[in-house]
Amino acid sequence: MPANPTSLSLERPASLKAALSMLAADPALTPIAGCTDVYVGLQFGTLTERRFIDLWDLKELRGISVDRDVLRIGALTTYTAIIQSTIVQKRLPMLVAASREVGGAQIQNRGTLGGNVANASPAGDTLPVLAAANARIVLRNHKGTRTVAFDSFYTGYRKSVRQPDELIVAIEMPRIDGQQWWRKVGTRRAQAISKIMMAAVRGRDLRIAFGSVAPTVVLAAKAAAVLRGGGSIADAQAALETEIAPIDDVRSTGEYRMKVAANLLAQFWNETR
Amino acid sequence: MKLTVNGKTRTVTAHPMKRLLDVLREDCGLTGTKEGCGEGECGACTVLIDGVAVDSCIVPLAHAEGRKVITIEGATATRTGKALQDAFVVHGGAQCGICTPGMILAAARLKPGASEHDIKVALAGNLCRCTGYPAIFRSVKSALKRGRAR
Amino acid sequence: MARAVGRNVRRKDGDAKVTGAAKYIDDLTFPGMMYGATIRSTIPRGTIAARHVALTDDFVIADHRDIPGPNYVALIDPDQPCLAVDHIRHFAEPILLVAHADKHALIDVHQRVTIETRALTPNYDPETSEACFKRISIDKGQIDFGFQISDFVIDGEYRTGHQEQLYIETNGVIAVPGDGAMTVYGSLQCPYYVHKALVVLLKLPPEKVRVVQTETGGGFGGKEEYPSMLACHAAILARKAKRPVKMIYDRVEDLLATTKRHPSIVRHRTGLKRDGRITAMDVDVIMDGGAYATLSAVVLSRGVIHATGPYRCDHVRIRGRAMMTHTPPNGAFRGFGAPQTQFAIEAHIDRISDRLGIDPVTLREINALRPGDTTATGQKLGKDASALPVLRDAVKRSRFTQKRKKLKGTNRGIGLSLFFHGSGFTGGGEVKLASKASLELTATGAKILVASTEIGQGTRTMHAQIVADALGVPFDAIDVHEADTAFVPDSGPTVASRTCMIVGKLLERCARDMRKRLGKLTPAQYYKKHGSFTVTSQYEPPPGLQWSDDTYAGDAYGSYAWGCNVVELEVDPVTFEVTPINVTAVAEIGQAIHPMMAIGQIEGGTAQGIGYALTEEVVMKDGRMANAQLTNYIIPTPLDAAPMDIGVMARPYQHGPFGAKGVGEMPIDGPAPAVINALRHCGFDVRSIPATPERLMSAFARENSAGRRRRTP
Repeated sequence: MPANPTSLSLERPASLKAALSMLAADPALTPIAGCTDVYVGLQFGTLTERRFIDLWDLKELRGISVDRDVLRIGALTTYTAIIQSTIVQKRLPMLVAASREVGGAQIQNRGTLGGNVANASPAGDTLPVLAAANARIVLRNHKGTRTVAFDSFYTGYRKSVRQPDELIVAIEMPRIDGQQWWRKVGTRRAQAISKIMMAAVRGRDLRIAFGSVAPTVVLAAKAAAVLRGGGSIADAQAALETEIAPIDDVRSTGEYRMKVAANLLAQFWNETR
Repeated sequence: MKLTVNGKTRTVTAHPMKRLLDVLREDCGLTGTKEGCGEGECGACTVLIDGVAVDSCIVPLAHAEGRKVITIEGATATRTGKALQDAFVVHGGAQCGICTPGMILAAARLKPGASEHDIKVALAGNLCRCTGYPAIFRSVKSALKRGRAR
Repeated sequence: MARAVGRNVRRKDGDAKVTGAAKYIDDLTFPGMMYGATIRSTIPRGTIAARHVALTDDFVIADHRDIPGPNYVALIDPDQPCLAVDHIRHFAEPILLVAHADKHALIDVHQRVTIETRALTPNYDPETSEACFKRISIDKGQIDFGFQISDFVIDGEYRTGHQEQLYIETNGVIAVPGDGAMTVYGSLQCPYYVHKALVVLLKLPPEKVRVVQTETGGGFGGKEEYPSMLACHAAILARKAKRPVKMIYDRVEDLLATTKRHPSIVRHRTGLKRDGRITAMDVDVIMDGGAYATLSAVVLSRGVIHATGPYRCDHVRIRGRAMMTHTPPNGAFRGFGAPQTQFAIEAHIDRISDRLGIDPVTLREINALRPGDTTATGQKLGKDASALPVLRDAVKRSRFTQKRKKLKGTNRGIGLSLFFHGSGFTGGGEVKLASKASLELTATGAKILVASTEIGQGTRTMHAQIVADALGVPFDAIDVHEADTAFVPDSGPTVASRTCMIVGKLLERCARDMRKRLGKLTPAQYYKKHGSFTVTSQYEPPPGLQWSDDTYAGDAYGSYAWGCNVVELEVDPVTFEVTPINVTAVAEIGQAIHPMMAIGQIEGGTAQGIGYALTEEVVMKDGRMANAQLTNYIIPTPLDAAPMDIGVMARPYQHGPFGAKGVGEMPIDGPAPAVINALRHCGFDVRSIPATPERLMSAFARENSAGRRRRTP
């Protein structure tokens, strides 16, 4: 049953500056935007927050641009905007592919990249892509801006270094030198939460990331090191097994996730060069 | 709070976090928009906000403020709405009818040249348990064809 | 004048549904209406020690003591309490009811009501359960002799899981109290089931209880018996509050508390001649009924009758039992026992085919029931028995034989299933129901008065077509009264593929009687001259139909529909995900009254069957559905939809309206075994469904650890 709206509050700042001041004054506010997760939590009683600050209309947080060879995607950019962006299609096709597999059209029209990052679900569809793309998260509070490498953004299950008075304003990605690879294994072809996901880049750099196999997205550095050093797929798969810790849940089993992670690694290696 | 629903400006006295679905059904008396899951999974509550398909069960009223909302009751205002409504009857896209309003609105943004894959992608967020979908695809295809002929 | 039967006339309910005008239960409100909620058990088994309610006076609270009549939901066995008294037999068992004028006041009501319980050890295994709801034995010929004359004996065990109906509109009702009376509006399939339950529970005379079906957003069996429970709850609250009470389940409650398809364990032992002829079929069927009897006895009945599949065999022994376990009760779901048992036999036949080295088509050709053959219950089949025609058509359409050779050894597989489905209630069921239908002359034509419900399948339209042609008037001259027990007679439940063949036939007879009385006049002319009149007809079995409940022998059904599915699929070797590439479904259903709607039933049922085979898993954990969200119970989306080729064949049934048989249920019988047989074709030996990627991975690992990839059992 949906929550009683009268038990909720909503601040609606007119600008990013106003939003940051509100958060500075009252860091207990929970930022919301596309609301695709907020209302699910309210419906099932899993979200305990009751006081929200609405970012949806903050135009400063939208937009896709390239500056000094860095791709910058505003936090409020929707999946639909990502899918339609010729810039992202060209520079980061694996993010387009991941965005296409988020929910269905209605969710893609509302869900945002910043929301996916902030929500910090281990099954967040874009997170392995951001890890593989060596992304940086741009955070801002009323005092200023800081940038955090995606690798060190999450500190645990649904936990990140974002402070309560900070907003994610953008995600930045350097130019990717190499072939991009993405695959989501979900429960079905749309409206699916992932059982396991893998994003990878193979080029001068080799970065391999998995989702839904641990409390946070995993950058499989050891497996990558084996492959980079000319090791066999079997050795890389063995290394991977030490890096991920998939569990059983209502959607799949730890055993399946472990096996398929290894298979995905092999598939990626066979399909790229 | 002011919003335009099916071409008519309405002033609604409701909490900004009230689900748009509940606002439409309770405050506007437009019960054609259906609730199937309350979690943005089934698409039965699909409406258009400024022409964009959304699940109204996970959209706050605040995000419809000052915008144009179209529900199934106003679907004829979209380019292909009327053709879609007719085609869903003629080609069996509507059986029990509970997913139909959402299906029609999700399909309303498709362009006449849309491929079968485009149709599936546009409707991917809408669940139907009666038809298994082929009759829905046939309905949409037929409506788009008529939309082109006009 | 153009005939209506056989044409795709415009659906009667179509325009209201596509414009948003159609009113479903949640679209209705009544003055002074309150909202109801159910407090349920949070343990699977135990006793209730105390109830603590911390609610203010503005709440209406009801428990079993507020029930004026006997505390059970009247259906078959009076075993299921409407509200638990001392004992809890399953998770989510209803214990207390609460109503409030503000629906938001109910959100945290579960935290303010405490049910003190003492837990007992639950049992979830139907095989070790000591409580049995029903046992059925079918014997034909001499089973021992059948095995003596066989060259081979092949056995196997097959399992199916729960399946959720997943109508997109959840269960809901509104109870409106009157002066010593009760009216219930709701999303339901069987107004007179609800009526009966209310009459018993409220201890009211039948005429003081009225049940009105509102537009219903899908049922598939899920709104066959469950709405009786919900209607009773709303009525108890409404009676106490003296105000209308609306109860609409949200999706989670609907998934946790309402019925599912019975899980099954089916074991086959089959005697065969070297040439492929079946000489003996020994079948053991176990259905998991869940905590209360509901419809388990009749689900088991349909299950065992279909357990030998559409095959001839002189020596048959079938033993079936429906067992009690501590999960929420299982109940009606499209197919009603037959999908479970026909999954088993059809998977078994392909294992036999492998073992004997006789291809699946030939093996089925050898054994398929033909006109004049007798079924397991000894029913002699008429000319409309169509196992061979549907098999041959499906094989041809799908290019099965060529593809079977071509795809061997690849990640693609192709499999088929042959099946049948009895139309109408089993055995003497229709005689006991003694259904009625009425037709009322109107100024412009006639109005249909039946309790059959429109739940998307096209009841109103199809009935009107039959009446239009039998009365000799245009389709548009026929109106259909809403299914309201204050006006319509008891036409029996809208289940069992009986709405067309049985109720449609009653209406045809009404229309012909009416035509006789009109003489040469049109309805308008007669009406002007003499006024209105109503014709009623009541079910009579076709001549010669015989059945014995004691020996379970005789004519189990008036007629059968026949089907053959071919599924071509691909298994992803990386992820073990299965993609259906093509599904061929050929169905012989007698005369299709409305071909497009009939195809809609076949496509829809087939899609549900594919879901049953591959993804639809109810994850039961400690007696509770652990994946009770639409996100986690996986039905197909438009992107998962399998391309389908549908073939409809007509072998008219002489006692059906215009030759029609039932169509609604049969399409769900065939897809699961066709999928499993296709998986076997590409090397996966799976004998339980759903065949999720996780299960396929295990099957793959099992076979690899056994050494080489084996293709035979």
